[in-house]
Amino acid sequence: MKIAVLSGKGGTGKTLLALNLASVADKASYLDCDVEEPNGHLFLKPKIQFVEPVEVKMPRINEEKCTGCRKCIDFCRFNALAYVNHSIKVFEDVCHSCGGCTLVCPENAITERNKTIGKIEKGLSENVKVSTGILNIGEASGVPIVKQLIESEASNDELVIIDAPPGSACIVMESIKDADYCVLVAEPTIFGTQNLSMVHELVELFKIPFGVVLNKCLNHDNPAENYCNDHKISIIGKIDYSQELAALSSRGELVSRTNTHYQTLFKTILNRIVEEVAYETTSRT
Amino acid sequence: MKQLLVLSGKGGTGKTTVASALIQLSHAKAFADCDVDAPNLDLVMHQRCEPIKTDYFGMPKAIIHEEVCIECGQCQSQCRFDAITYNQFNETYQVNLNACEGCGVCELICPVDAIHLESLVDGQMLLYKDERVFSTAKLKMGSGTSGMLVTRVKKQMMEEEIDTNIAIIDGSPGIGCPVIASISGVDYVLIVAEPSLSGISDMERIISTASGFGVKTFVCVNKYDVNTEYTDKIEGYAKRKHLEFVGRIPYDVEAVKAINQGNTIVDIDCASGRAVGQIYETIKNKL
Amino acid sequence: MKILIPVDEQIKDTDVCMSFGRAPYYLMYNTEDFSYEFIKNTGAASQGGAGIQAAQLVVDSQAEVLLTPRCGKNAADIILGAGMKVYKTLNPSVQYNIKEFLEGRLNPLTEIHPGYHNHGGN
Repeated sequence: MKIAVLSGKGGTGKTLLALNLASVADKASYLDCDVEEPNGHLFLKPKIQFVEPVEVKMPRINEEKCTGCRKCIDFCRFNALAYVNHSIKVFEDVCHSCGGCTLVCPENAITERNKTIGKIEKGLSENVKVSTGILNIGEASGVPIVKQLIESEASNDELVIIDAPPGSACIVMESIKDADYCVLVAEPTIFGTQNLSMVHELVELFKIPFGVVLNKCLNHDNPAENYCNDHKISIIGKIDYSQELAALSSRGELVSRTNTHYQTLFKTILNRIVEEVAYETTSRT
Repeated sequence: MKQLLVLSGKGGTGKTTVASALIQLSHAKAFADCDVDAPNLDLVMHQRCEPIKTDYFGMPKAIIHEEVCIECGQCQSQCRFDAITYNQFNETYQVNLNACEGCGVCELICPVDAIHLESLVDGQMLLYKDERVFSTAKLKMGSGTSGMLVTRVKKQMMEEEIDTNIAIIDGSPGIGCPVIASISGVDYVLIVAEPSLSGISDMERIISTASGFGVKTFVCVNKYDVNTEYTDKIEGYAKRKHLEFVGRIPYDVEAVKAINQGNTIVDIDCASGRAVGQIYETIKNKL
Repeated sequence: MKILIPVDEQIKDTDVCMSFGRAPYYLMYNTEDFSYEFIKNTGAASQGGAGIQAAQLVVDSQAEVLLTPRCGKNAADIILGAGMKVYKTLNPSVQYNIKEFLEGRLNPLTEIHPGYHNHGGN
């Protein structure tokens, strides 16, 4: 079963929830797809077993074959090539690795080489198999890392918790497209609610069953809760704001491993999710 | 006009809360929301007028003309982004516009010229103009935010001839393209950090990204009382990196109430508002 | 000598454009015959790598000097790599900058900012 945890807005507690859901399960895999700012490993502190680089293809020009016709420059939509001092210069940071220049060159002067844009670290933290995607600073797109991460666990039949990046852009879509269920985490502010509506639209588009967990709840009117009620969205969990929880989390403590109250709270949410998935599966067959 | 950009690295540290307060305190007559993936500033900066909307055309994407297509499948096999699939139901090849990166390889290799790249409307730039100028954008879902759009949002604000001592820009989280584009050309950056392991890790990454630009950088900590030990660590780190540490803001339930009522935290009297007030006084002298 | 400056309009008494890579035009001033020419920047509307395409245009124009307020790393690599000299403009006026340059009062541009990748989506 693959559960994706997303939020639209950063800082709502997406990672907190994803980590704790993984740790209260008997066995689970946790995938950190927030490759620009991965944080899950700070809490899980996994023992790293192996590291795989994530590579993309970059053009390599054979100067001897190049005639300076510039067909490659004319073709490239990303302006990744320039002609200076009678040779083609490649700008790897804007290249999208489409391979078009290799096809267009009439002299077959362009081949490709691999370039590392980041890595995936795999390790173990008690009952959780941890996979963290990390994008190198300065690299433009983390999408290839997320693709590789998701691919690596595609045939995993057990519980997989996917910690999606914030927002609702392409990289989020890559993270959730194979999920069986999505958990949307919302905070009780109008900022959070505006962003909740964006991920709501996203999961509806992808037709993935979903529910909302309201986090950092305070004792007053919660615009996110109102949104869920207005749109008839299942609220599958509520976590109250607590100075203690904030402090423990700030120190990188996985509260469900050290505190029985939180262990119960997250286990209840996980059970609810499992029920919802089972319900969806039976109602579809 | 001088530009102050508010960044954080990590999402949810209070960037928009702080940026909106600074706009009020500085009486800035120009501001922009560059977090086009999830724009929020409009919820607390009440614009009384209707915005001027301009269509934003994104990167051209591939469109397959079914009538011409001979279903050879070459486009699908050459696409590096898995953006072309065969739809059994319609018996056609089709392009997933979210996955398509607009590289043009399919257009190049199609033997019957059935594929063309076309620019589609990805969203709208919005410009609110009354006594103040507010520039932002709303993207269609799935449209990637881009450095280009961020640059356009800033430019839209800058092009208005408005007399303001400072322009405030609410930046986006992360360290990628849109953030890098937002830093280019600004005069000052204020980093809003959060005293948590995640917050510190992300702050270090954003400082590393921003440092190449040589822009004067200030650092403050929001919700500092959640972990004062980490707040001290952040202050120490800022000093070691020769960045100006300009203040601490407490976690404040009143702030949530203010925001939810559509106000900035300096529109009411509360502890976090007073703290941002002091931060503004500190920064003001250095602008 | 040919001097190139990014500008917003095709007028010789205009201001220097704030952006190098996305300037709509480049003004080319020829010190030998005092003539002015304008080159359209076809890269201005690109989603990504605008600075690179702009730099290619600049290098192809065969100008010897570029006067600009700022320049990114990718563009700088091309322009400096081709042997052109780059100087930092001082105040908005194009005419002022040309005069200051010819009288040796402009400094070479040393702050090259990191490439910023203005490209789409993913």
